[in-house]
Amino acid sequence: MELEAAKAIGMGIAAIAMGGAGIGLGNIFGSYLNGALRNPSAAPKVRGDLLLGFALTEAIAIFALLVVVLILFVL
Amino acid sequence: MSIGGLDVTFTNSSLMMVIVVSLVVLFMSGGMRKNALVPGRWQMMVEMTYELVANMVKENVGKEGKAYFPFIFTLFMFVLGCNLLGMVPYSFTVTSHIIVTFALAAVVFVGVTLIGFFKHGFGFLKLFVPSGTPLWLLPLIVLIELVSYLVRPITLSVRLCANMLAGHLMMKIFAGFVVGLGSLGVLGVFGAVVPFTVNVLLTGLEFLVAALQAYVFAILTCIYLNDALHPSH
Repeated sequence: MELEAAKAIGMGIAAIAMGGAGIGLGNIFGSYLNGALRNPSAAPKVRGDLLLGFALTEAIAIFALLVVVLILFVL
Repeated sequence: MSIGGLDVTFTNSSLMMVIVVSLVVLFMSGGMRKNALVPGRWQMMVEMTYELVANMVKENVGKEGKAYFPFIFTLFMFVLGCNLLGMVPYSFTVTSHIIVTFALAAVVFVGVTLIGFFKHGFGFLKLFVPSGTPLWLLPLIVLIELVSYLVRPITLSVRLCANMLAGHLMMKIFAGFVVGLGSLGVLGVFGAVVPFTVNVLLTGLEFLVAALQAYVFAILTCIYLNDALHPSH
């Protein structure tokens, strides 16, 4: 196989990992809205944890993006 | 320039760090110059950042964490300053370089490990043995805990670096779309409005990420410090 083609396929496969991060982010915000609408007075207390979870989950997606960028520019 | 074989050239990265540190010092000391009982706007900002980190340390580490508050506050302000100043066009994002964030993370990791051993001696190793684990599972659990402990400086540094890098990369890609479409004539200029809008929104997102990643860096330092001060969980 051509090296360029293999690189492109590898980049595409590496980007699949972002789907998992998307599911995770949806889960986080969905659960937050679910809880916040049931008990609005408790919502401000968990907003810090919400943002922390968002940042930690988003980091996984960015690790995947980093792999793609590494394949594109370094390999 | 080199001293003793070490390259100590004053790069634009060093210059940005000096600028960030002086701006942070100016912000803090300028805000507390009057030291009024009823704070003005500037003093209010200083007090809010102080209280944010103070509450974070109190909630995550407890009373013993108070001694380490200056370190975590300095770390938070430095990372926040680097991230936010990197958003200024034509400036330099120090935290998008892995060596800078890895040095910060290595300081945290080595410091936390030393604190753990000094406070608890070999009792610190209880951190790797969660209470209530069945005996036959112990070798596996200890291995997993050890690996997850040793990989901390890497995840801590790569998280910050990759977030800044990916964000700026994305903005530059969309800016490239704007230029590319704009050079296609009248129809292209109208088309370029779409990536331009996306770029404006991305800039907003990047400001959120810049503040959030500084917060995450500080809160993870707190969590690691909590592990060192209270190893038996």
